[in-house]
Order: sequence, then C-alpha cells, then structure tokens
Amino acid sequence: MLATQLIPRWPEKPLYLVKRCILLGAALVIGAAPTAASDWGVGAANSHLTHPQVFAPVSTPARDIETLAWFTIAVCAGIALIVGGLLAYSIVRFRARPDDDGREPPQVYGSNPIEFAWTVVPLLIVFVLILTTARTIYTVQAAPRPPTALSVRVIGHQWWWEIRYPDLDIVTANEMHVPVSDPAHPAPTFLELESADVAHSFWVPQLAGKTDLIPNRKNVMWIDPHTPGTYLGQCAEFCGTEHGLMLLRVIVQPRAQWEDWVASQRRPAARDGAAGHGREIFESTACVNCHTVRGTVADGRFGPDLTHIMSRDTLGAGAAMNTPDNLKTWIKDPNLIKPGVLMPAMNLNDAELADVAQYLETLR
Amino acid sequence: MEQEIALTAVDDQAALPLVGRLHQWVVTVDHKRLGLMYIGGGLFFFVIAGLQAVTMRLQLAFPDNHLVAPQVFNRLMTMHGTAMVFLVGMPILTGFFNYLVPLMIGARDLAFPRLNSFGFWLWLFGALLLYFSYIGGDGLYGAGSAPDVGWFAYAPLTERAFSRGNSTDYWILSILLTSVGSTATAINIVATTFSMRCKGMALGKMPVLVWLALVVAFLMLVALPPLSAAQAMLLLDRYLGAHFFDTQAGGSAILWQHFFWIFGHPEVYILVLPAFAFASEIIPVFSRKVIFGYHVMVAASCAIGFISLGVWAHHMFAVGMTPAGNAFFAASTMLVGVPTGIKIFNWLGTIWGGKLRFRVPMLFSLGFLFQFMVAGLSGIMLGVAPFDWQLTDTYFVVAHFHYVLIGGIVFMIFAAIYYWFPKATGRMLNERLGKWHFWLFLIGFHLTFDPLHFAGLHGMPRRIYTYQPGRGLEGLNLLASIGAVVQALAVLIFAVNVLYSLANGEEAGPDPWDAWTLEWSTTSPPPEYNFAIEPEVRSRRPLWDLKHPEDPDWQYE
Repeated sequence: MLATQLIPRWPEKPLYLVKRCILLGAALVIGAAPTAASDWGVGAANSHLTHPQVFAPVSTPARDIETLAWFTIAVCAGIALIVGGLLAYSIVRFRARPDDDGREPPQVYGSNPIEFAWTVVPLLIVFVLILTTARTIYTVQAAPRPPTALSVRVIGHQWWWEIRYPDLDIVTANEMHVPVSDPAHPAPTFLELESADVAHSFWVPQLAGKTDLIPNRKNVMWIDPHTPGTYLGQCAEFCGTEHGLMLLRVIVQPRAQWEDWVASQRRPAARDGAAGHGREIFESTACVNCHTVRGTVADGRFGPDLTHIMSRDTLGAGAAMNTPDNLKTWIKDPNLIKPGVLMPAMNLNDAELADVAQYLETLR
Repeated sequence: MEQEIALTAVDDQAALPLVGRLHQWVVTVDHKRLGLMYIGGGLFFFVIAGLQAVTMRLQLAFPDNHLVAPQVFNRLMTMHGTAMVFLVGMPILTGFFNYLVPLMIGARDLAFPRLNSFGFWLWLFGALLLYFSYIGGDGLYGAGSAPDVGWFAYAPLTERAFSRGNSTDYWILSILLTSVGSTATAINIVATTFSMRCKGMALGKMPVLVWLALVVAFLMLVALPPLSAAQAMLLLDRYLGAHFFDTQAGGSAILWQHFFWIFGHPEVYILVLPAFAFASEIIPVFSRKVIFGYHVMVAASCAIGFISLGVWAHHMFAVGMTPAGNAFFAASTMLVGVPTGIKIFNWLGTIWGGKLRFRVPMLFSLGFLFQFMVAGLSGIMLGVAPFDWQLTDTYFVVAHFHYVLIGGIVFMIFAAIYYWFPKATGRMLNERLGKWHFWLFLIGFHLTFDPLHFAGLHGMPRRIYTYQPGRGLEGLNLLASIGAVVQALAVLIFAVNVLYSLANGEEAGPDPWDAWTLEWSTTSPPPEYNFAIEPEVRSRRPLWDLKHPEDPDWQYE
C-alpha cells in the first residue's frame, strides 16, 4: 500500500507534478555543469561565424541537396499531418464513454478496396520520391569536372586533416583555402579524399554532403562556394579517441586574396635570426620526427606540416585558437587541450618552451 | 480441473527451500521460465546501458564539458549501443516469443526445450563477457577497459594497430556467443510454429504475433551468420595475421561495412517486428475489435522481411558508391516504407469504430503509433540518398533510430510487460504507477529526442564526446540531457511498480483484459504444461468464439 500512498492520485494534479519532475531532471543535469572549463578561445571565435547548418548552403551540391530536402520534408510533413490527424481524431472519437452499454462494437475484418487504396497511394508517393532522389544523385555525383577546377587532396589522420594542393605544391593542415566560385565563371574545387589510418568523413554542411575518407580507397567530391567566408565542419565518421575534436574549416576567399594566400604558402619557411635558439631546440628534439618545416631538417610526415603554422587560425585541428598562450600550452602538453592526442608532451623547461614558441611564431 | 492441477504444481514449488527453487530455475527447460529469464536479464542490462546513456547525456549537457574523458565516453557509447541491441533488445524480444508462442498456438513447450535452455545460457554468459571487459579488457593484470570502437566497430579501427589490448576481443566473443544463442531461438521458433500448432490452427489461423515471430526467426537465420562470419574474420585478423580488414596490408575497410550492415539492417527489423507483434495483439483488445485486414497484415510483415534484406547499404551512402548503387539502395529503402505504412493504416483501421479503453498497455501502444509514424517518415528522409549525405552520422540519425528503438520498440516492450505481466505472475501491475510511468517516459522521450533532430541539422556529428560553444548546439543538448534524466525517473517508477506489484498487485485471474487468444484460456501463471487438455480452435480468436457463441469468428474467416 505504501507505494501507492506516496504517489499522488492520477489525474488530479498531473501537470503540476510532471512539471516538478522535469524541474528535478533539470536540477540534476545542471548539477553536472562544468566548473569554468576553458574553451581555448573557440567559443568567442565561433560567434563571428555562421552556424554550420544544413539549411544555409553556399555551394551548389549543398543547395541541390537543400532543395530536395525541403521537398522530402514537405511530403513527409503532409503524410504526418494526415495520418497523425486521423489517429488523433479516431482516438478521441472512438474512446469508450462512461455510459457505455458494455456491448462489443461491430467487428470489421477488413476491406479490400480500402486496403488496396492505402497500398497504392504510398507506392505512388514513393515512386515520385525515388525519381527526384535519383535525379539529384546524378546531378551531384556525376557532375563533369571542368579543366579549370582546382584539385585538393585531403588525407585523414587520427585526428587531423592533411591538405595538399598537388598542382600548387602546397601542404597545409586542418584549414583549406579555396577561391570563391562565381556562378558566371565557375571555379569548383574537386577534393580527392584518402586516409592514412582509419575511416574518417569530410563534412562541411554549408558546402556539400559528407564523403568518407577510407584507407586503400580514393573518394572524390566537389564544392563551388559562392560566398566568401569561413565555414566550419568536422570529421563525421568515428575514428577513435579524439574523433570529437577533429575539426575542419574551409576558408573561401575572393580570387585575388586566395592567390595571395597561395603565394605566401609557396614561400619556404621564414628564417628569423632572433629565433635561432628556438629553432635549434626544435630541430634537435623529437619534433622533427613528425613535423615538416620545409627547407629545414624537419621532414616528418606523421603530424601536420608546420612551414606556415602561424597562417592558420587554430591549433590541434580546431581544438584551440592559435594564440601565443595556447601555442605554448600545446607544446608543453597537448593533452591539456586535446586529451588522447597522439603528440606527446615535449617535456621542455620554461626557457626552452618560450624559445620554441618564439621560433614557431616566426613561421608565418 | 485444469486450475486444480495448476495450483498443486505452484504449491510444490513454494514448499522448496530457496536454494532448491533457484536450482529449478537453473535446470529448467520450460519455455515460460526461460522466457522470463530472458526478459529479466534484458531488463537488468537495460538499466545498466540506460545509466550509461544518462552519463553520456550529462557529459553532453554543456559544451566543452569534462565530466568523462574522451576514451571513457567512447567506451560508454560502444557499450551502450552493443548492450542495447544484443543484451537488451534481442533477449527481451526473444524472451517474449519464448513465453508467448507456445501458449498462443496451444503447445506445451517449444519444439526443442533443451536447445532453448542452451541458447539462454550462451546468451547470458556472452552478455556477462561483454561487461567483464571493464575488468579484464586489457588482460588479467587489473587494468580493465571496455571496448571503445563503437557498436558498429568499423575496420580498420578494430585491427591490432589501432585497438591494442583485449577489449575488442571481448566485444567480438560476446557478440559471437549471443548470436549463437539467438540462432538457437530462431530455429526453435520456426520448428515450433511449423510443427506444434494445436488442432484447428492452420497457418492462417495463427495470431499475428506468431506470424511475426516466424518472420523474425527467418530474418535471424539469414542475418546473423554474416555477422558471425565477420567476427570470425576479425579474430583471424587480430590473432592469426589474416588481412581481411587490415588496410595496411591491403585489406578492405568497406568489406566490414557490408558484412556488418547485411546483418545490421535486418537487425533493425528483427527488433521492430516484435514491437509490431505486440501492437497487433494489444491494440485490438483495447479497441474491442478484431485486427483489421489480417491477411494484409501478415503479407506486409513478410514483405518487410524480404525487402529489409536488400536495403543495407543505405547505411553507406557516404562511402563513395556509384550513383547507380546509391539510387538502388535509396529505392529499396523507400519501398520498405510501403508495407510499414500498410501496418500503421491497419492499426488505425482497427481503432476506427472501436471502443477504446485507455489502460496502460493501450497508452503505450498509442504512443508507439505516433512515434513510429514519425520514425518512419524521418527514415524516408534518410533514404533520400543526397539528403542522407548531410544527415548520416549526425544526431539526426541518432534521433531517428531512437524514435524507432525507444519511441517504437521500448514503448511496445513496456506495453507488452503491462499486458502480459498478469499472465506471467498472476498479479496486475499498478495502474496509477503505470500512468505515471507512461506520461513521464513520454515527456522525457520527447524532451530528449525531438531536439536532437535539430542538433543534427545544425552540424552535430554522432559519437563526439564534446562540442564547442558558439555553434548553436547548447540549448538543444541541454534539453536532451534533461529529458534523459526524466526518462530515467520514469524507469525508476516502473521498477518500483514491478517490485511492488509482484507482492501486492491485484489478483489477475486467467483473463483480466477480456482478451481473445489462447494464452488467456489457461491459469495465470500457466502451469508448466500450459494446457491440461490440448485446445482445439476454429478461428483466430478462440476465446471470442467461446464468449460469443451467437456470433463466432469462424463464420467470417
């Protein structure tokens, strides 16, 4: 009996108590709130960017998908309204009344015409959806590649993106720069997607749908962004410990600006005498086993190319903004920013740390 | 006469000491006891895997949260997914079939009782093996860790180069064992429905539930072997230097995906068809009407079974298939919506013109109808391959399949428990606690999974342990986490209800719902041999014929 006495009667005050339960749930969740966790400047930086939404496309594949998506949603919403409405109506209309006479309602075993109708109508709807779907599949996937298209190779690593421009001799990481594509003079970018280790997936929602990067396989996708800006994306296929912080940004620039960027990336690494000591430390520690700084002894391929690291907005594949403080923290122990990252803590003393950071800051 | 025999059997057991009674449960080959143990075991893991989900939701309640470390989160995610499919969904649903199929076809047990018992114990130890990995996953030197490769375990993340230690091996072995257990059940159900129906029960007179059990059993027989084969290949890769999925030595990552989803998509139907089965029994009884369009219902179930074998690569629209491949799987995926739609319409037809009684099983069933309709429609959106390029591997998918798995299947499991609990225990579950359970669970469910659709459209991928602020995800995730806690509270009320009603519930009697299928003709709980005299039926609703001799069903069938 006790349990039933504790639980209030149904349904005298249900709403009040349901509200209480939800508030209790909210209190329990907020109890788990983080205590002043740092976001390494990312939140403030993100607030200047558009949200990476499916319904804010700036590139042809994403736009084609959006059109098809709205059509599909409209069809589904129509079905939901009709079927849901009928369900709701019949639940209210056919509820047992308190003054029920206790006799069973008429037993109806089925109706061939009705059942035929609700088999054929869905078939017709599905037929239309299949045709529209197939059309968009072919327009996006089988689009011809114009000879002027820019090629970019994207190679997924645990947990960062290697970005190579084979025709321009540029290697960078995590932030891809592409020229804007004026619909009158299309300049699409074709991406060749590969993986160095496990499966990843390239996804920048405003530019296109996602395509996987799979080891032993070359996938292709294309984008032709119409509006300059910075577009956020991230890895969308589970790839291990730090899958959550394998972020990506695509920076779309007007042609001239993009050409400036290309020119600056093609220059060899800066050699600033003032940072010579930091460079010595960098070149004599394990840094060079994994990182490349073109024109120096550092020619590792396991981690991102650092030749122009200061031209990038973020560190650790978007885990932190690229500020001097964050850079030092990263070199000291990247696990503080991105727990589980494959780069080890470098165990430098404070003086060495300052020197190495100073050297890296010259790599513009 | 029947009742007297039953009562003496129950008295005999009560006289035994506790150890003796436990021993009887261990050595039993009775389909009812094994069914209840399957359901009980499944509910136990439901609580554990559910708490793991709540922990994940707490971690994701706020951006850049540090409640759990990334690897801990990935283990939670893997264990939650694996457990909910293999340790919760499969055993609870096979448990119900174990319990109900013989009773509904007037048999005294399944065809192979000892095979049934073997399957259960394989399942149980396989299940324990999975959670044992928390202790022994890195070898037996005390450093434990559960697998963290995701329940889909995509190659080559599972290869030795990327998954050291033994945690992945526990995952492989656990799934192999539980799959063998499920195969045993499937064989049993096929044999039972084909050869042990009582007099008069032609195939076309079987209750819809039994038909669906048969379809599910066939699906299991077809879908589980590819999974087991893939697990064996993965073990060979990890221990004997084979290179099936070892991409560094020329293996194929996509091969694993095909194997996994050839199992994985029929698996969705293996889980959801039992929910349809429960709905097809419960909705008619509480609408006081015969199921509308029995033959179409059965045909649609078989159609779903067949079509579901040809849709698997819709999980792989983003792996770079050819346009023709994408178009084929988009078409087959949308086609499966047609028989599924027919089922929803037929339930609607059953409700139409009835006299609805809103007892707890019916409330859960009505929730199921709405939610499953939404899940089906979001499934159509995912079947539109180009839209799927945006949606796949995002929280939209998470929301969609939780609409299927919770909004559909878990709702129907609760409905089934409220409906058949009186049969299995002789006592009713408390109606008032049941209504609390229903409404809180309904609200919590929608608080959690409605916003997650929008999180996916807002660029939030699945399986991430944290997200950054400033991307429009904070509010949606906070709502979802609050909903998760509300759902947990609802399940707590359910647990209280079960424990309370086992001891204090109202006496049920043999037929508390005024229902029509054979299981309600015997005592509650039924005696070990189910029926003292083999029943003889003339229609799909033998108890309706008994109760309405002036207007029996067999006149119309």
